[in-house]
Amino acid sequence: MKVLHDVSIEMTEGETVILLGTNGNGKSTLIKTIMGIVPPNQGEIIFESEGVQINLVGKKPQEIVNMGITMVPEGRRLFPQLTVEENLYLGAFRREARQNLERNLSYCFEVFPRLGERRTQLAGSMSGGEQQMLALARAIMSSPKILLIDEPSVGLAPILVSQLMTSIKEMKENLNLTVLMTEQNFSQATKIADRGYIIVHGKIEFRGSNVELSGNELVKQYYLGT
Amino acid sequence: MSQPLLEVQQVFKNFGGFAALSGVNIYVNPGERLGLIGPNGSGKTTMINCISGLLTPEKGKIIFEGNDITQMTPHHRARAGIMRTFQIPKPFNSMTVVENLCIPLEYAAEHKTSLSVAEEEARKILTLIGIEALGDLKPTGLTQVDMRKMELARSLAGRPKLLILDEVMAGLSGSEVDEILEILFKLNEQGITIIMIEHVMRAVLGFSKRISVLNTGLNIAEGTPDEILNNPEVEKVYLGE
Repeated sequence: MKVLHDVSIEMTEGETVILLGTNGNGKSTLIKTIMGIVPPNQGEIIFESEGVQINLVGKKPQEIVNMGITMVPEGRRLFPQLTVEENLYLGAFRREARQNLERNLSYCFEVFPRLGERRTQLAGSMSGGEQQMLALARAIMSSPKILLIDEPSVGLAPILVSQLMTSIKEMKENLNLTVLMTEQNFSQATKIADRGYIIVHGKIEFRGSNVELSGNELVKQYYLGT
Repeated sequence: MSQPLLEVQQVFKNFGGFAALSGVNIYVNPGERLGLIGPNGSGKTTMINCISGLLTPEKGKIIFEGNDITQMTPHHRARAGIMRTFQIPKPFNSMTVVENLCIPLEYAAEHKTSLSVAEEEARKILTLIGIEALGDLKPTGLTQVDMRKMELARSLAGRPKLLILDEVMAGLSGSEVDEILEILFKLNEQGITIIMIEHVMRAVLGFSKRISVLNTGLNIAEGTPDEILNNPEVEKVYLGE
């Protein structure tokens, strides 16, 4: 089965880009391919850091994380039997992140005070929304330059979705992140995105600014519903 | 008025020192569509764990079709007609999607059905949900969303009178939400009573006849979707803006 077909996307430092498309169209696969979890059959993934271009294809996920690219996986994938704090420490596994551990930890507790209140609680015993915050915070603990976020608002109460989007925006600005995000909640996602792509059956069918996306027929058909 | 299909009376549930439910009351009438909403961590899933029998409340009663089922085991409740979905599906990964559906189908039929009949039924349910093409795959190969659709199919395979949906719309796009809603309306017309826990507002507001709202393990509001939308407390703790 062909999941991605001749897909080209690019992100400039500091951008927030959304990846749209209904389910089963290859969005998560694209994120996993960037992270080295799924190897592509063809193509290149180029990461430019301090003027040096590196092809990520063939690199292991941990090597990619070490370069400063981190994902927040769909479905959170926390360590349920570990505490909130232990999950966060594990996010800071890479060397650069260890040096910034205390700073990042207090930053996470500042953005998500609930995690601070629950630092000794087991991750698996928290509600879905709290777990989503933890998954995001764990990614921040790795001191990323690029953050790939797969469906952050799934399972969150409406009030939390807008808070989460605001938090992502704040973190992006404060930490100078570049963000690629898949999200089904179109109106919330476009509040923080600079531009986006629509992916249909593994191909990029449209690319444009927020305004162009909002007026696009594919978006109306798939996202805004009837 | 006829008696409710399900009544939850003054239910309390603690986890260690944490009070997840502090005297919650919920009822649903036969054939009704009830929405259950509330902030993350307000006790919704704990509530349905008590209804489906995964948890036993410390205090309070759960009445189904007039019988006290508070102490009944989950599989007996399933056979009595209470089926629910899980937020994180845990199918049998070594079996195909169809085989996964055959298990509840056979159980609901008290093992008096042949495997070929069960398989035929399983494929009918998959067609209804729109995932008939996945029948012979293993669940591990499915996307998260197809997993959720399979979870819905599995719960239908248990032949529910009362179907409890724990965030089945999560992660679905607008058009997919509409597809699932259409299926749920159809099931409801066939007589299945449905409780929908959902954060996708378009779904829960459009589907429910009545909505009950929990916050910090307490009932804080109940009413029609319009009444709930205009309730200042619900706006403050849940809807925002």
